[in-house]
Amino acid sequence: MNITSAQYMNATNLHDGTTYQDNIKATIDGTEMFVPLDPNNRHYQAIQEWAKIDGNTIEEAE
Amino acid sequence: MALSKIQISSLADNTIHGRRNLVIGGCMRIAQRGTSFDLGNASIKYPVDRFLVQDQYSGTGNATVSQSTTAPDGFQNSLKIDVTTADTSLDASDVYKIEHRIEGLDIAQLNYGTSAAKTVTLSFYIRSNKTGNTQVALNNSNNDRAYIATFTIDSANTWERKELTIPGSTDGTWNSDNQTGLRLRWGSFGSNYQTSTLNQWITDSSAYVSQANSRNDSPINFFDSTDNELYITGVQLEVNSKATPFEMLSYGETLQLCQRYFSHSGDGGQAGFVHSLYASNDAYGNFSFPIPMRANPTVTMKSSGRNLYSAGASITIVSFSAQNINKHNFQHRAACIGATAGRAAHVDVDFNTRFYEADAEL
Repeated sequence: MNITSAQYMNATNLHDGTTYQDNIKATIDGTEMFVPLDPNNRHYQAIQEWAKIDGNTIEEAE
Repeated sequence: MALSKIQISSLADNTIHGRRNLVIGGCMRIAQRGTSFDLGNASIKYPVDRFLVQDQYSGTGNATVSQSTTAPDGFQNSLKIDVTTADTSLDASDVYKIEHRIEGLDIAQLNYGTSAAKTVTLSFYIRSNKTGNTQVALNNSNNDRAYIATFTIDSANTWERKELTIPGSTDGTWNSDNQTGLRLRWGSFGSNYQTSTLNQWITDSSAYVSQANSRNDSPINFFDSTDNELYITGVQLEVNSKATPFEMLSYGETLQLCQRYFSHSGDGGQAGFVHSLYASNDAYGNFSFPIPMRANPTVTMKSSGRNLYSAGASITIVSFSAQNINKHNFQHRAACIGATAGRAAHVDVDFNTRFYEADAEL
């Protein structure tokens, strides 16, 4: 997989309006994807490996 | 028929009961992502569901990988590799492979890693202009056990069914959960991934030992000419000491089994989806997957052709996103401008556009 960007995405709890870290928006092989924070998801696994390489960072949510 | 006429032997315990094939999509009929791809370098493509083709380490070769209608009697499709750029001399690290991954939950019955490990038989149809010796590898996901089974493609451009019986692996670490349990691999591999220890379980410390070849066993390089083609179909792995005929499920059954790993919304028409406006700048909708997926899937949404309406008016969209993704469904958020909170909204996509794809492949 060719990962070129990754950023955490927040979601809003519709019951109380609070926000929480929900998934990672990543560009993988040129396609924007929403990757859940699931260790059994292959894209999540690849992002974790990608983030271990110097210079690669999962950006914080806006 | 009188009960006395029933052959008791047909009901004996050694009769094979129920579904036999541990492989999903071995008939190569399901192709949800598309039917033809340029493989590219350092790339994975799924020309049919559940079977990937990969150039793992940027080999110089390339191919068109596709779902083909060339198939043996009784089948409609095969997976085809049609070499478009030759790699006449494989580098040590080259890996061109077809791989099928079986979920741990589905191989738990094999009792691998224990003294009660069961014998299995792998069968498949293969066809190529290349003839000679080659292998198929069985690997666990922890890469500590591998079985490299040899077979021969005897005749060029002829469908041949291969049947390989493999004893159970009594040791090694085998997943029995929703992660990868067993990998089947065919292809061409550089010397880093070759071994002279064939047709027996071996301890394998290399992460990607996929195919083995003794140096005197002349492995086939399926990528050594642009004239080369490789087809495979009818892949079956069964708990048995001999091969039985391919278990052809209905199309619908096979599709549902594949949807545990990949699914998508409708392909065409201006399909509409109900949303509600949580706020003047936020519309939410829910999408359910056809069946529960293996893991929380990656969601990809098409970037164009989406429209939002409320109270008969078009609403300006700022962005779309997926959130709260789980095995069953996900929440779709359309950030917008100038809507009225509390109203219903309608999201549609243009013709020939998929709203989303969900990927929980192993």
